[in-house]
Amino acid sequence: MHKIYRVNMTDLSVKVEPVPAEWAGLGGRALTSTIVAAEVPPTCHPLGPNNKLVFAPGLLSGTAASNAGRFSCGAKSPLTGGIKESSAGGTSSRIIARLGIKAIIVEGQPAGDAWYALVVGKDGVEIREETETLGLGTFATVEKINARHGEDFGVITLGPAGEHMMAISNISVKDPESKIRSFGRGGLGAVMGSKRVKLLAIDPTGGAPLALADPAKFKEANRTFTKTLADHPVSGQGLKKYGTAVLVNVINEAGGLPTKNFTTGQCDHHDQISGEQMYDNIVAREGEPSHPCSPACQIQCSQVYNDKDGKYLTSGFEYETIWALGADGMIKDLDVIAEIDNVMDDLGVDSIETPVMFAVAMEAGLLPWGDGARMLQLLREDIAKATPLGRLLGGGTGHVGRAYGLTRIPVVKNQAIPAYDPRPIKGIGVTYATTTMGADHTAGYAIATNILNVGGKVDPLKNDGQVELSRNLQIATAAVDSTGLCLFIAFPALDIPACLGSVVEMLNARYGLALTGDDVVALGKNVLKIEHAFNLAAGLGPETDRLPEFFELESIAPHDAKWDMDQKELATFWNF
Amino acid sequence: MLITIKLFATFRQDRFRVAERDVAEGTTVADVLRALDIDEPEVGMLFVRGRHVETDRVLVEGDALAIFPLVGGG
Ligand code: SF4
Repeated sequence: MHKIYRVNMTDLSVKVEPVPAEWAGLGGRALTSTIVAAEVPPTCHPLGPNNKLVFAPGLLSGTAASNAGRFSCGAKSPLTGGIKESSAGGTSSRIIARLGIKAIIVEGQPAGDAWYALVVGKDGVEIREETETLGLGTFATVEKINARHGEDFGVITLGPAGEHMMAISNISVKDPESKIRSFGRGGLGAVMGSKRVKLLAIDPTGGAPLALADPAKFKEANRTFTKTLADHPVSGQGLKKYGTAVLVNVINEAGGLPTKNFTTGQCDHHDQISGEQMYDNIVAREGEPSHPCSPACQIQCSQVYNDKDGKYLTSGFEYETIWALGADGMIKDLDVIAEIDNVMDDLGVDSIETPVMFAVAMEAGLLPWGDGARMLQLLREDIAKATPLGRLLGGGTGHVGRAYGLTRIPVVKNQAIPAYDPRPIKGIGVTYATTTMGADHTAGYAIATNILNVGGKVDPLKNDGQVELSRNLQIATAAVDSTGLCLFIAFPALDIPACLGSVVEMLNARYGLALTGDDVVALGKNVLKIEHAFNLAAGLGPETDRLPEFFELESIAPHDAKWDMDQKELATFWNF
Repeated sequence: MLITIKLFATFRQDRFRVAERDVAEGTTVADVLRALDIDEPEVGMLFVRGRHVETDRVLVEGDALAIFPLVGGG
């Protein structure tokens, strides 16, 4: 019953194909990266007809497994020039999985000026010309599609930034409240825009609960899994109450909170933009401190944040966004940060790349430090309308830094470095430098062990053990990203052995397999190797597996730390 | 001697955000936790001057001790 939908935008044709045997055991990131590596020429232009955009639910998506509501989107990235996999929540993953669709591949490029909507259903995909939603933000687009097709449809859409093929654009996914979750990083919105696809509407009709090889065993394993999520203090209580923003104060205390475009590691107004402050505001204004981004999420790190009058301001208000706007860009007012977050969601731009870019633009003198009002204006007037200034900004952090002749440009493989400074937290520096994705903290979250004391302890200020730590985390992450499980299950997985065991058992009970933990590790390794080979062939050689030079030249307070890892030691990352 | 204590997340409830305390020479982090009625298993991270410390750390004049429960994000 599993099938692949192949949508050819050059001749506007659709094929429903059986799943090749070698793809049968894959899902999520393993599948998107395998398909991109097999079918996309690594040297192609990311916005040309030879790139492909692939959506794939994870191996456990569509089942009753807790936190299995995420899915993957892959392509060659217009931001990094390498392979990209991005993960998102929302309602579409479960619907696609329950329709028996293993992957949707969008390829080719239409000749004319028309835009299209892809209506995905149980029998195939209908390609319809789209006019009504063109130029609209993501929230309005979701509303139109809800009205056109019904609330139960999944929606995957571009905002204006994706239509203008900006490198900061993302792909937005409707969540259970008809708000937005995103395939955030790597400019994937531009790839979808280059194929002139404004949106995918996913029709749940005819979807069925997935057949399980051993339902009793699955239920049992899911019970164990759910218990480990509840038992671990981070996934059980911490994330639920304070969200990910609790990290503002943690990372500030550790001296690794990049502030004012990575010039110091602590931020004076950290308490004003902290998770604790966010929680107090949410409770006082009758928002929701804990909220799921996708069905069956038990951890519920998301939240609904209201303004002073109790009116909705934003949801899914994450640490990285708050850090980037509040510390890196010096905006002190959490409500302004929330408003910008919401506008970024509406325009369909990455909420890491965009504010890190703005901090670089502030250093360039294009707008004053901490000027949220000016930032909102630039987003609404320039980026949304793709003025020449908007296009300069829309090119991302590296683009703006180069345009102004700066040297302090926090990017790896041209993708913005997120919320942890690699000088005093060296494990995350290894991940930024070596991951196939360009700077990405989620690819191997060394913060867990360097700072949070999860999965053991490795001294963040020393180089010892960091390459091995990052390697192990990156391998495990590549495997988790293939299951459709939310990455936050890694907290219990690192500390409670039964957690990972129960995931393996769920995979076995779902597919009638006899996998062991070693097989899952092997899957993760294989994913990384496939992605690495693609990047090498695309021209991202070992010389791109490094941090920008300013981290070696400028030390950062309070630890007076520089980046000093030997490039040869970094290169040992790939010895597996 | 004077030290500064900073509390975070749930540890702030019914306690404080930041406070100066006059403590005896030789006071350890464990002594401070006991005085605050915080159980050690609840503690996720302890920092003095931005570095991780263990509970047996002896504090000195002017130290700032930050105490976090087990939290995480990403
Ligand atoms: S823990 Fe957060 S990111 Fe993960 S599925 Fe739940 S709401 Fe989404």
